[in-house]
Amino acid sequence: MLTEFFQYLFSGITVGATYAMAALGFTLIYNASNVINFAQGEFIMLGGMLAVLFTQAGLPLPVAVLLAVVVPTLVGVLVEKSVIEPVKGADTVNIIIITIGASLVIRGLVQVTLGKNARALPAFSGEAPVTLLGAVLPSQSLWVIGVTALVVAGLWFFFNRTMGGKAMLATAINRTAAQLVGINTAWVLTLSFALSAGLGALGGVLVTPITLTAYDAGIMLGLKGFVAAVVGGLGNGMGALVGGLLVGVLEAMGAGYLSSAYKDAVPFVLILLILFFMPRGLFSAKTTERV
Amino acid sequence: MRDPRHLGLAVLAAVLAVLPFVLPNSFYLDLAIRMAINAIVVLGLNLLIGFAGQISFGHAGFLGIGAYASAVLPTHYGVHPMLALGAGAAAAGALAAAVSYPIFKLKGHYLAMATLGLGIILNIAFRNEAALTGGPDGMPVPSLELFSFTLSSDRDWYWVVAALLVVSVWASLNLIDSPFGRALRALHGSEVASKVVGVDIARYKMAIFVMSAVFASIMGSITAHYVGFVTPTVSEFFHSIELVTMVVVGGMASVFGSLVGAVLLTALPQILATFEGWETVAFGAILILFMIVLPRGLVPTLAARLGKGG
Amino acid sequence: MALLDIHDLSIAFGGVKALQHVSFSIDSGIVYSVIGPNGAGKTTLFNLITGVYTPTSGEIRLDGAAIHGRPPNELARRGMARTFQNLQICLNMTALENVMVGAHLRLDRNLVKAALRWPSIRRRDADLRDEAAELMRFVGLDRYTRARADSMPYGALKRLEIARALAMKPRILFLDEPAAGLNPTETLEIDALIRKVAATGVTVVLVEHDMKMVMSLSDRILVLDYGRKLAEGTAAEVRQDANVIAAYLGAHA
Repeated sequence: MLTEFFQYLFSGITVGATYAMAALGFTLIYNASNVINFAQGEFIMLGGMLAVLFTQAGLPLPVAVLLAVVVPTLVGVLVEKSVIEPVKGADTVNIIIITIGASLVIRGLVQVTLGKNARALPAFSGEAPVTLLGAVLPSQSLWVIGVTALVVAGLWFFFNRTMGGKAMLATAINRTAAQLVGINTAWVLTLSFALSAGLGALGGVLVTPITLTAYDAGIMLGLKGFVAAVVGGLGNGMGALVGGLLVGVLEAMGAGYLSSAYKDAVPFVLILLILFFMPRGLFSAKTTERV
Repeated sequence: MRDPRHLGLAVLAAVLAVLPFVLPNSFYLDLAIRMAINAIVVLGLNLLIGFAGQISFGHAGFLGIGAYASAVLPTHYGVHPMLALGAGAAAAGALAAAVSYPIFKLKGHYLAMATLGLGIILNIAFRNEAALTGGPDGMPVPSLELFSFTLSSDRDWYWVVAALLVVSVWASLNLIDSPFGRALRALHGSEVASKVVGVDIARYKMAIFVMSAVFASIMGSITAHYVGFVTPTVSEFFHSIELVTMVVVGGMASVFGSLVGAVLLTALPQILATFEGWETVAFGAILILFMIVLPRGLVPTLAARLGKGG
Repeated sequence: MALLDIHDLSIAFGGVKALQHVSFSIDSGIVYSVIGPNGAGKTTLFNLITGVYTPTSGEIRLDGAAIHGRPPNELARRGMARTFQNLQICLNMTALENVMVGAHLRLDRNLVKAALRWPSIRRRDADLRDEAAELMRFVGLDRYTRARADSMPYGALKRLEIARALAMKPRILFLDEPAAGLNPTETLEIDALIRKVAATGVTVVLVEHDMKMVMSLSDRILVLDYGRKLAEGTAAEVRQDANVIAAYLGAHA
């Protein structure tokens, strides 16, 4: 009984860590620009696919991983510079359609160049599983959870201890005020796209040895990342982290105890329930409209 | 003083009346039918998004309800197809009504998230209930009988769908220019101002959401009968996005924009099919380009150029 | 009996007490003004009375019936109309349609009849168009009867809000800073318009910073300061009130 529970819990945390990284990506961009980037899932896919491509090309794993994170980061910057910057201040729906257009372009290019087949990536430290509290999990899980923890710590340091991070926070809180004190908010937006593309790709690289990947894997991953970002209230970094883990764990529990066919529905049922009772997510304060 | 929009209606009716006689072959007739079906769905969606200002990223879910009602009820339970169509519309309307109160307290991205989630849950259900729906492979749909007359040829279908389109455009034009429609547009313009003049905004949002869901469900049924087969792709997230894109490309809060958007984006994949493999890339690039160059949509932009109102 | 009775009204946002224990009453047919420095709670008071906010405690009675906590659309039904300090015009509609929306509750709002172009609805709408144009002339917007709202200047939009409110045929009309942002000529015109409205028998409640206008126009004045009632009375009484001179007028002298 308990073993089963831990089994689901750990596999949930593993996937949840990927969702959390995607959710952090949504949060970064949302804070910098009020944009929801529906192309976020494609960066996750891109990370996994490129890692497969580079390792198969014979590059050593660390180099392949590094490249598989750097390239999507550059793609993120490219997306921001080429299609997001020109429409600054456009309607929400228009920007959502633009980011969906960008996701179609990325997905289409991967499909044309790398094909439609699912790809596998070898685990970073061998295929031997690890046993923890009776639960058997792939060693790659430890990589996913460990690196996510490092990333979260790194982000915390970045936002609390460096000028760049503080500039991003200031922009999120009040863009005009940030501009007045000399923060280059255009640069902040570019940086937010770079960071969130990089985060998504890293999550994709790490989880691919467990889940496989394919050109269309980004759709669901991106949508679930969006769910995770909304769980705690959009724009809330801690909320994104908790949201990601919560979505991952509930999904694993749902698949284990209820129905594996409806595993993908769990995050969406969760978010509907949350929004019905807390219209601005779990951690948001009540606001009053001024008229 | 004749309203230019009713002139537009007359032109539409005239074009639809001659179209089947000038189309070169059945491929184009089929395309015209699918354009008209999409146009009706987009018309309903534009009332919700463009006029009332409430986004829905889950409308394909309602199409799915209609399509599967028309497939499952006659096949498994021997229900008459017309009755099944009605049952689907009623179910879609009931679901929309049930969720509308909590959903429309949400705004912006939260509303986008909730409607998106609703659509995806429906899609997953259609995909998974294989015993009833045939699962990912889909299932055949029996043909539609209208008062002992069975719709079979594309010509028959064309006239049915064209008539529905003209009636829908007429009704939409009437609706937006009525006390109901003004209240709807007012709550888009300012929720607090419309509350203060007496508009019960929750009820109006519910009414238009239910109406657009019923539109979508009926057209889902019609698509299913016309194609003769239904798969879960009808209710996919991407289809919801396509419908919203049709609204935006044609023009928010523009009845004729809905038609233009539906016609263009139904034709686009056909044109792009010649690119063999590159169609997804091209489709995405065109969407982006459109949003950058014509953010207000085709019809409102053209109308502004010609110096006339919507 | 007073038309509007406010008793011990308070509201707090989080820890901020925006309005504390305010009581006053407004008789039918008068012009009643609420004044006070920025942040005194004037707009908050309007938002409470018109149902946009719900009071933390206290009572609001219209014609003796308790109305606090009732939604704005129900208060509209009881004859309450208002304008807004920050314009709430529907810029997606024409000017005339904005006024027509004011008549919402007096119309047949049936969806099905509307979609079917029901003759009674068309006829009523045609009449309403004339009525709305007449109202626009009444508030001095003759030249904008065919304009789109988003093409009108700020001053005209302030009057358009008044026309929309009048289309409700209200018994009591709340005007939130109708002269704010207007030049002296426009302010005089608004002054004259308010007198015209009051002369039709509508009770007018006014929040305004222009002291000249308030003093000459008002039958009674309520002075708020930091969310509390400082004084209440006729213009002459308020002007001589020691508290008011110290806390408010004194600051300007």
